[in-house]
Amino acid sequence: MSRLLYLLPLILFLGAAGYFAAPILQGKDPSTLPSAMIDKPAPARDLPALIASKPGIDPASLAGDVRLVNFFASWCGPCRVEHPLLMEIAESNAVPLYGINYKDAPGAAVNWLAQLGDPFQRIGRDGDGRAAIEWGVYGVPETYVVDKAGRIQYRHVGPLSREDYQEVILPIVERLREANG
Amino acid sequence: MIAELGHYALALALCVAVVQSTVPLYGAARGDDILMSLARPAASAQFLAILVAFGALTHGYVTSDFSILNVAQNSHSLKPMLYKVSGVWGNHEGSMVLWVLILALFGFAVAAFGNNLPPSLRARVLSVQGMIGVGFLGFILLTSNPFERLIPAPLDGRDLNPLLQDPGLAFHPPMLYLGYVGFSMAFSFAVAALIEGRVDPAWARWVRPWTLAAWTSLTGGIALGSWWAYYELGWGGWWYWDPVENASFMPWLAGTALLHSAIVVEKRDALKSWTILLAIITFGLSLMGTFLVRSGVLTSVHAFAVDPERGLVILALLTIAIGGALILFAIRAPSMKLGGMFQPISREGGLVMNNLLLSVATATVFIGTLYPLFLDATTGEKVSVGPPFFNAAFVPVMMPLVLLVAVGPMLAWKRGDLPGAMARLWTAAILSIAAAGFVWSQQNDVAFGPIVGFAFAGWLAGGSITEWAERIALFRVPLATSLARAGGLPRSAHGMTLAHLGLAIFICGAVADSFWRQEVVVNAKPGETVSIAGFDLTLDKIERTRGPNYQTETAHLSVSRDGAPVTTLRPERRFYPVQQMPTTEAAIHSTFLADLYAAIGEGGDRQGWTVRVWHNPLVPWIWAGCLVMVIGGLVSLSDRRLRVGAPKRRTNAPSAAQVAGAD
Amino acid sequence: MTPKRRRLSIVLIGLVMLGTAAALVLTAFEDNLVFFFSPTDLQTKQISPDQRIRIGGLVEEGSWTKSDDGLVSTFRVTDLDNVIPVTYKGVLPDLFREGQGVVAEGRFAQGRFDASEVLAKHDENYMPKEVADALKKSGKWHGDEKQ
Repeated sequence: MSRLLYLLPLILFLGAAGYFAAPILQGKDPSTLPSAMIDKPAPARDLPALIASKPGIDPASLAGDVRLVNFFASWCGPCRVEHPLLMEIAESNAVPLYGINYKDAPGAAVNWLAQLGDPFQRIGRDGDGRAAIEWGVYGVPETYVVDKAGRIQYRHVGPLSREDYQEVILPIVERLREANG
Repeated sequence: MIAELGHYALALALCVAVVQSTVPLYGAARGDDILMSLARPAASAQFLAILVAFGALTHGYVTSDFSILNVAQNSHSLKPMLYKVSGVWGNHEGSMVLWVLILALFGFAVAAFGNNLPPSLRARVLSVQGMIGVGFLGFILLTSNPFERLIPAPLDGRDLNPLLQDPGLAFHPPMLYLGYVGFSMAFSFAVAALIEGRVDPAWARWVRPWTLAAWTSLTGGIALGSWWAYYELGWGGWWYWDPVENASFMPWLAGTALLHSAIVVEKRDALKSWTILLAIITFGLSLMGTFLVRSGVLTSVHAFAVDPERGLVILALLTIAIGGALILFAIRAPSMKLGGMFQPISREGGLVMNNLLLSVATATVFIGTLYPLFLDATTGEKVSVGPPFFNAAFVPVMMPLVLLVAVGPMLAWKRGDLPGAMARLWTAAILSIAAAGFVWSQQNDVAFGPIVGFAFAGWLAGGSITEWAERIALFRVPLATSLARAGGLPRSAHGMTLAHLGLAIFICGAVADSFWRQEVVVNAKPGETVSIAGFDLTLDKIERTRGPNYQTETAHLSVSRDGAPVTTLRPERRFYPVQQMPTTEAAIHSTFLADLYAAIGEGGDRQGWTVRVWHNPLVPWIWAGCLVMVIGGLVSLSDRRLRVGAPKRRTNAPSAAQVAGAD
Repeated sequence: MTPKRRRLSIVLIGLVMLGTAAALVLTAFEDNLVFFFSPTDLQTKQISPDQRIRIGGLVEEGSWTKSDDGLVSTFRVTDLDNVIPVTYKGVLPDLFREGQGVVAEGRFAQGRFDASEVLAKHDENYMPKEVADALKKSGKWHGDEKQ
């Protein structure tokens, strides 16, 4: 009986720890897109160009090929971390990159790209963050794979690492390219 | 280069901690003096290595080295120097480095000053301390490296959240962490005692100063945080029952209980397993405080670093540390010798009641804080448990405690004389009735809340002073004799009286503010006047200026009372361009009896400005009360019986046979 | 009293206290739980006008107006499916903006939400968890659990 009494704290604690862990463990892997958005068309919203010499993004420009759409901001540290990889992707011509500049001062974003290089074929400006809400962006950086029909097929949260790119993103891109010829 | 040095130092500290957590423990089990003696140099080396790492990170902040990711994300070259330094711990990675630095500091203190501890106990305490170090250093190195490089370096940083750019908050985390981590000492001593299999009054005497130091720091840290919320958030309140506030308040409540139960172990050799359990729970709640804030499981004002994976790692650490300790407790505690017996009405009985009430209070806060999480996890339903719940559940639990605090110290150990104690408390009763009567006479319409509140505060203050006055026989013997007696009292006695008085002062402030606060919100144009509690505030003008890293609109409110000018209040509305974030800087005119508190909202020349004014009676007493409690803690800490290394200690150095037998 | 009975009496007193405290906590709980609803929930569920509740969503673009004296704000909160008009007297938090997430506490009657408190969000980059969940439920938001 008294032994049980001394075990009680342990039992209570384990119960509490279990219920704490449950919501975290149940939480889906945050870096995958919830099923609701998969296979849905990318939000239709015309995003104005960030740089005069480069077009912005509209729904039509998302169709025709498989593309990566990257949300970035000049004030975002992790964006800077993944930037060299984006430059490599652009140079390798493996898959076209579109950029959406999230809640940023246009001048700062232009400077940023001038300083670090510009990997994007098109850049849309999302000054008020509306587009980000429609895409389901939680925080920058995030990268989406959009198929030929302009539908979202994959979402990556946080800075892209080389492994993420080579082992997850690229296979998806290739699969989507092969699908429907 | 310096950043790499810092990173290396952290890794080195981890290696040292691994050695510290294993070798001395093994040595203690084998009775090997040489292996045991490794604990002290290891603890010192671990502290030095972490100090180097912390210095390296601070260097990065001070020199604005934006090639360090952490600096680039949380600092800015234009930021004032104070906030560059406080920025070190104003973010997740840096705050964890501060956490382990303080942990290692406590370990170092035991190594440096623990000469009087039996070698086996010292070795085990330092080993347990080393294990906690391994867990957290590993956590930092694996999931939150503060020295990660960012190449090429950005031209300027992201800046610290402007709300955190404040002197109050600059020192709030270090004090809070001193408290949280300080309870790790109580935990290490408890686990070491469970391993040794013996708890005795000497053990309690060794634990007490660490617990007291942790409690004092935590009291100060919580008060600073509350003060910050009061003047920085611009909402006129000082305690919101916010989950993060609760996360620091729970270890405080449990720590307060621990402080009191340790006295029973020390004086009467009773309540031993309960005290051990409390030490484990208190540190568990401290870890949970870290966990709740870090994981962002709870939505809160303060959750600046949110990452479920990190939270999961901290949860794993917590499970191993607390779960492990509780397993040890379940195995070892039942065989612990029962201590001295006592009557329900006795000093011990009073302290048991204190512990029960504080435990219930802790449980109340625990349930209120975690229930929303539980419901969300089980049914997906979203609820919030707000201040009304805590006020309705917490206050009634605290009321009998306040009554008891005055009586308890009057009771004798073992068998107390309740009627006798009550008879001696007639001064307290008079003070209590006087306070209630005064409040009654001052109120226009009779409200019972403040009358009861002040009666309780008066009772508590009267009881504390009476007890102290009796001990020095004030007014019964010549004053000089009394003073001489006061000088002869142990410092811990003065400390207790001060801490209890501080609580009484705090209660006055809290009661007055919650019942008598006045608030006026108006839309004013320059030249218009607001009236509150007999004060007239005239908006003279709004001035637009620039600070070092912000733009600001300052309102000039000239305050007068019955036509006589009192002061000028200058509340500000700031805008921090780097973070695109506005903040409110309240202006406070504080007298001993009340705060006149003003904040301005959005506005323009055409439509006028929103001006919020509060009159908060006795709010300064809240922090004065906390300050008195902290002073009480410090005075008690300076007691020579507690001073580490003081003579006249019962050196119960256990024989090797005893130690070996206990294992 | 024998030592055993003494111990028993202490345990009994303790149990009585714990019981009282539990009863206290539970009653306080009943009365003070504030449930959270999304604008869609408010359309579909019956909520007593006496019940204090919280709502959350995005502040609809272009919906924020202030009364002439600047003290009463009205705005609409949306989960991108349904919309709830909100009235609030007082000073809005620093970070209150159109198009941003918001949580308000108050009472819901006759299709209007009368807010007594609008909760501040203290970081530009994160959205209150409740709001993210409300949007997620309406299918218009696909944020993750990273709150």
